[in-house]
Amino acid sequence: MAVAERRIAGGQPIYEGSRIPRPTPTVLTTSRELQATGDVLTINFGPNHPSTHGVLRLIVDLYGEDVTGLEAVIGYLHTGFEKNMEQKTWWKAITYPERIDYVSFQNNELVFVLAIEKLLGLETPPKAEWMRTCLCELNRLHSHLVWLGTSALELGAISMFWYAFRERDQILDLFEMVCGTRMHTRYFQAGGLAEDIPRGFFPEARKFCEWMPKAVDDYETLLNRNKIWLERTEGLGLLSAEDAIALGQSGPVLRASGVDWDTRRNEPYLAYNKVDFRVPVHTEGDVYARYRVHMEEMRESVKIVSQCLDRLENMEHEPWIADDRKVVLPPRAELHTSMESLIHHFKIVTEGYRVPEGEVYVAIESPRGELGCYVVSDGGPKPWRVKFRAPSFVALEATATCMSDALVADMIAIVGSLDTVMGEVDR
Amino acid sequence: MSWETVPGVMEVKEQHGETTLVVEPGQLVEACTHLRDEEGFNFLSDVSGADYLGWGTHGVSGYLGTPAGRDLNAPMTQGYQALPQPKPKRFAMNYHLLALGARPRRLRVQTWIDDGEPVPTVIPVWPTADWHEREAWDLFGIPVEGHPNLKRILMDDDWEGHPLRKDYPIGGEPVRFSGDE
Repeated sequence: MAVAERRIAGGQPIYEGSRIPRPTPTVLTTSRELQATGDVLTINFGPNHPSTHGVLRLIVDLYGEDVTGLEAVIGYLHTGFEKNMEQKTWWKAITYPERIDYVSFQNNELVFVLAIEKLLGLETPPKAEWMRTCLCELNRLHSHLVWLGTSALELGAISMFWYAFRERDQILDLFEMVCGTRMHTRYFQAGGLAEDIPRGFFPEARKFCEWMPKAVDDYETLLNRNKIWLERTEGLGLLSAEDAIALGQSGPVLRASGVDWDTRRNEPYLAYNKVDFRVPVHTEGDVYARYRVHMEEMRESVKIVSQCLDRLENMEHEPWIADDRKVVLPPRAELHTSMESLIHHFKIVTEGYRVPEGEVYVAIESPRGELGCYVVSDGGPKPWRVKFRAPSFVALEATATCMSDALVADMIAIVGSLDTVMGEVDR
Repeated sequence: MSWETVPGVMEVKEQHGETTLVVEPGQLVEACTHLRDEEGFNFLSDVSGADYLGWGTHGVSGYLGTPAGRDLNAPMTQGYQALPQPKPKRFAMNYHLLALGARPRRLRVQTWIDDGEPVPTVIPVWPTADWHEREAWDLFGIPVEGHPNLKRILMDDDWEGHPLRKDYPIGGEPVRFSGDE
């Protein structure tokens, strides 16, 4: 069938009715008639496979090349982050979320810090809000680039990988300049930022913002009209808007199915209500639409970063962290002269600050979708319960629905398009 | 907004700008169906269990907290702070709902159960609950009644115990291939 004909016109439903398997929404089962033919082959795909973005195991029933049954098995990367965080003081626990989704570390860090601040009722200075927005968008670019590089690589476009990682490295250089580390930065503190923004950051970030749209043009030149890419992505892995909502999908997967929802715009946090950006929505619900959403989001993220830089350049001498000595570490220099500061420093570092009793759920838009953090405090220095609503975990639940009429070769493209990071799935 | 029409509501809590409906476990599915169909909560964000074993058994000294947030004017106390509010039962299941649309709203539906007491599955209301409920079973040992595929999800199939329970030890995992084996 010609590529153009397979494409579904916008405005019409992607498919009629629901394709979510029953009774278990995440398990596709081979029909009994097919099983009776004796030609159904059950294969084990993974847990170690270069195209599973980590250790994901799929148990697949094949009838010829058709996928007739599918079940995802996860947990190979389970490291008990949530249990570990219960043993750490609040401020030490901030390092953990970054390692949950190691590709969008700053968004994960942010959601936990926002939850602490919500419980504390702590206000953050505007400079910190803007810098957080700026870094989260750079992180979104970083995450989308990793997604683009690896997904294209899986479908045979090796050069895409090198191009995407070239720009990714520039972003990591920016992170290194600001935070001292390239990944797992731990730059967000309850109350603001850990350090002031170094002066050299702005010109370098400006250079990057100028360069990045050209790089996205390059990627699109390579892929947009690439016959192999189109054949392997268009009309595949269909997910209708109703099914996407029922399956709790969020982020690019939801927007590629025609649902106009972005937490950044619909429930603004940080400085997102003060920046101008567009939420790309596509109505085809296939792998290609997900690719388009990712590409357009990259362009929007660059715009947001530039707007943040405009503001931040005029905030040079403003505070970057809240002035609350019960929560925020005192400036290093004061420790030599002020007894009070020394006591505060000692108390926060040894015992940790206390967070009032209560429970909150904070949701932000991570590169993969709605990242939620449910936190319970009993009023002590350690969290009672921390739970992350991982968008990748939920995205994998849609595998069975997306694969309902797929061939085995499409499986790679479909699983890749859901943009999962296994560290976040297994936590 | 009044929540009286929701079936099985026992208590409505407002805290930190978030609304929590405490619902009778037996009427959870009716309440969820009502919230989805009548109130527009079409999106289930998250299901999280919580274990409150040992909650409030030791006093928490230090900073004074108020329901609205921290009281910045209250100095550090030297004695014991009031114990946290007691919880009705050991386990809580929290369902975080979102009305995805032009007027977004969020709501937490909470239900309390004792050890071994089941909660009904909400898969018929929101299919996304499938893995979340398996996770609650795996990590907390909360049995989910009516779940079509209730088995461990993050831990091994033959794992013993439920790691996120408060009485599950840290470092309690046996070391394989050690000299004692």
